Amino acid sequence: MATITPELIASHNLKQDEYERIVARLGREPNITELGIFSVMWSEHCSYKSSRVHLKKLPTKGEFVLQGPGENAGVIDIGGDWAIAFKIESHNHPSFIEPFQGAATGVGGILRDIFTMGARPIAVLNSLRFGRLDNPENGSRNRRILDGVVSGISHYGNCFGVPTVGGECVFEDSYAGNPLVNVFALGVVRKDQIFLASASGVGNPVIYVGSKTGKDGIKGASMASAEFDEDSMDKRPNVQVGDPFMEKLLLEACLEALATGAVVAMQDMGAAGLTCSTCEMGSRGHVGVEIDLKYVPQREAHMSPYEIMLSESQERMLLVVEAGREEEVLRVFRKWGLDAVTVGSVVEGDKMLVRDHGEVVADLPNRFLADEAPLYERPYSKPYRDAPMAAPAYASSDLGQDLLTLCGALDVASKRWIYEQYDHQVRTNTVVGPGADAAVLRIKEAGKSVAMSLDGNGRYCYLDPRLGAQLAVAECCRNLSVVGAQPVAATNNLNFGNPERPEIMAQLVEAIEGMGEACRFFETPITGGNVSLYNETLGQPIYPTPVMGIVGLLETGEPMPMGFPAEGLEVALLGGLGESHETRFGSTQYAKAVLNELWGLPPALDMDFEKRVQSAIREAVRARMVESAHDLSDGGLAVALAECSFGNGIGADIALESDMRAEHLLFHEGPSRVLVATRDLNPLAKLAARHNVPLVPLGRTLRGTLSISNRGQQLLSLAVDALREPWEQALPHAMERVTHV
Amino acid sequence: MRFGVVVFPGSNCDHDAFHAVTQDLGHEAELLWHQEETLRGVDAVILPGGFSYGDYLRCGAIAKFSPVMKAVHRFAQDGGPVLGICNGFQILVETGLLPGALVRNRNLRFVCRTVGLRAATRNSPFTSACPPEAILRIPVAHGEGCFVADEHTLDELEANDRVAFRYIDNPNGSMRDIAGILNKQRNVMGMMPHPERATHPLMGSVDGRSVFESLVKSYAAMDAKAKSAKDAARDVAASLIMITSG
Repeated sequence: MATITPELIASHNLKQDEYERIVARLGREPNITELGIFSVMWSEHCSYKSSRVHLKKLPTKGEFVLQGPGENAGVIDIGGDWAIAFKIESHNHPSFIEPFQGAATGVGGILRDIFTMGARPIAVLNSLRFGRLDNPENGSRNRRILDGVVSGISHYGNCFGVPTVGGECVFEDSYAGNPLVNVFALGVVRKDQIFLASASGVGNPVIYVGSKTGKDGIKGASMASAEFDEDSMDKRPNVQVGDPFMEKLLLEACLEALATGAVVAMQDMGAAGLTCSTCEMGSRGHVGVEIDLKYVPQREAHMSPYEIMLSESQERMLLVVEAGREEEVLRVFRKWGLDAVTVGSVVEGDKMLVRDHGEVVADLPNRFLADEAPLYERPYSKPYRDAPMAAPAYASSDLGQDLLTLCGALDVASKRWIYEQYDHQVRTNTVVGPGADAAVLRIKEAGKSVAMSLDGNGRYCYLDPRLGAQLAVAECCRNLSVVGAQPVAATNNLNFGNPERPEIMAQLVEAIEGMGEACRFFETPITGGNVSLYNETLGQPIYPTPVMGIVGLLETGEPMPMGFPAEGLEVALLGGLGESHETRFGSTQYAKAVLNELWGLPPALDMDFEKRVQSAIREAVRARMVESAHDLSDGGLAVALAECSFGNGIGADIALESDMRAEHLLFHEGPSRVLVATRDLNPLAKLAARHNVPLVPLGRTLRGTLSISNRGQQLLSLAVDALREPWEQALPHAMERVTHV
Repeated sequence: MRFGVVVFPGSNCDHDAFHAVTQDLGHEAELLWHQEETLRGVDAVILPGGFSYGDYLRCGAIAKFSPVMKAVHRFAQDGGPVLGICNGFQILVETGLLPGALVRNRNLRFVCRTVGLRAATRNSPFTSACPPEAILRIPVAHGEGCFVADEHTLDELEANDRVAFRYIDNPNGSMRDIAGILNKQRNVMGMMPHPERATHPLMGSVDGRSVFESLVKSYAAMDAKAKSAKDAARDVAASLIMITSG
């Protein structure tokens, strides 16, 4: 047997003191298989050892929450007999090493989390970050990564049969060596059929189903918990390979098996594979689990216990079934042509006991492994930032040209090139698909609809992580409100650099606290999520990027359009023109795309005001007092006006009255504002007054042209077609140059 | 009218087709598992979209060997209407019930969008209720939907009025803008667009209804005598099953 050397410990990403803790608790040296098991269970990815102390600050309870963090997904009550399960998860590191499979298996993993709860997945959204596509140094690699990630998501989601209905995609240099692939999934489940992953019933058999175990993805979880260096590309064999067809069969078979009533608990084998599922199911249920590896279906001969336990082969599940009813469950899996074998049983005590042909290869206390991983109160200082506070000198020479530049900036431009590669309609629930403020899906079974939005802004968070996180929550809730939905619950994906650096840890702490404050204020408890740390390459961290996924509820009905539907409508800004300031202008898209600068702070947020604006727009949309509604975000008022004109070629003639300097008036990104079109301003004005928010009339919709003036002086006037051209063409043009290797 | 929706492992538009014909059009439907050898006396068969058997080897290539396809083949030979949508179209081509082939989209990318279609003929049980000259807005969602065939086959399809639908804005490079075709007997049709995704106003279009309404219309026009003979045969078959299983 291999001796455990300090090098071996280090190569398993365990610290010497962590190792000593293991030896002290076991009263002996672990063997190599056990060391491997600790390395994945105590990895940052599985144990949240750096973030757990702070994650406790997040609100997790609320009126609608049936299941909070700790299970495979959060569950909320949507009324009647129905509930929805949802969660977001990252697959950042694998997607850099092997974009197609990395992204594909990211989709596969989160879908399994959803149907492990007994829910049928009905929607996927994704939040993506890449390096700049036009960067002379790494642009071609960034384009290839984007192409691979989108193909991977498309391949997996389309074949599985879940619609990909929305998301966001942003480009910054800081993501060049660390792209972010965060995937959100949501499913529907009857309230009385929610399944948990907690083993129980001593003597109950443990059944393995799905794909055979191979050597792919061994130690993926620990790879995802380290920084990248020059040799990272050698880690390609650590990335798993996905088979969406197998996952589709697994979905149908699992849901059918759950319906027999013979299944006690179910857990997918995701990160850390068989290790994690065996250990966590036992630990959650306060029982032991004993398995023998000789029964585990294997893809190749001569796999060692170490490899079998650490494999991250995809599309596998572990079930605990009521003793004596195995055949009912096995029959279902046979029908779907899937491997299903009894590999062990639930036992008394707290052990995770693994044998190989009878010989004990791992004998570990499961709670020690699953719940007593080291908890770090990592030191933190001031959040890292390397940007000036003061604004540089700038003055626009052509505001019309600036708007054209912004429309063609990839963060703002149409993402059609991406979302047309996703089947966004399968299951025929998509009432509002990609390209809108929020996706809306009807839930046929429940007779109501759910709205979903993902939002994050790395630039804001880099300048001020606390405020940036609050703004993400606010924008996400605003996106839901403009389609008439009431935000009810959230999931989060925290993407940060190396937490062992105090200035990075400070970003994480500030962002979590800001997010907690905002989620408490907007009454959107966090029901689960994911933390992805060590997003650094060669010492360069990503922008701190907390991504929010929030869901809202609404009655099923004709959707509220985002764009102007007709000529001659009154255009108004609910929430008013807002305030800007030189310092706060440095975080805008204008600063980025037009000035190529970054400075200052994110826009200021008054959460109380924001909430009133959201209530007002929600009420106006539900009462059909507006003909269209669109939230202001990247690029501010002018970009929002342009976006409202693209759908039907209906622009607007806008006359403003403001003392703000023109660049700010048109492009500042102050939150709490919604652009609406209406036939009648009067009732809307009364409604706004009742909510104590300003409603500023801006002008009227007009076919074919967008023109904006301030105090009688024209700022810009452009044909809608001219604006649409860069907006539509920017991404396809950038991607024409993909070179396949 | 009773539709049979075939479920292959990997079908993923089976529930949608079932929902469209039952909830939106108010007819009956049954899901037919791929290992079934009879069609339980349904009046029309739908081969739904998806990735049957993972679309390994070639789209639809493995599905043609399934037990249910033998029954579908017989059903089609006896004149029963068979509608293949997307992957269902690919299966019909692989089975040889329809000519030509469906290959990777011209730009090599999956495409999901609502396209404009025109019914190229109304002389079929799938298109008789389609409004003449109107542009139907129906979604496509496929990676391998580019219809190809040799010139002779294409000419023959056109000469015999067997092109059922053409794209207004061809999304995949299909030859002669062909979106759907008929067999010689005109009782088998394959189409890449998804009519079952356009049967309810909330889905943004109801233009897909006309395909199913055509089937219903032609079923209603079926000679009453033929219908009752068919029902009788079905009852006999059912009682035989009861006897053998009892």
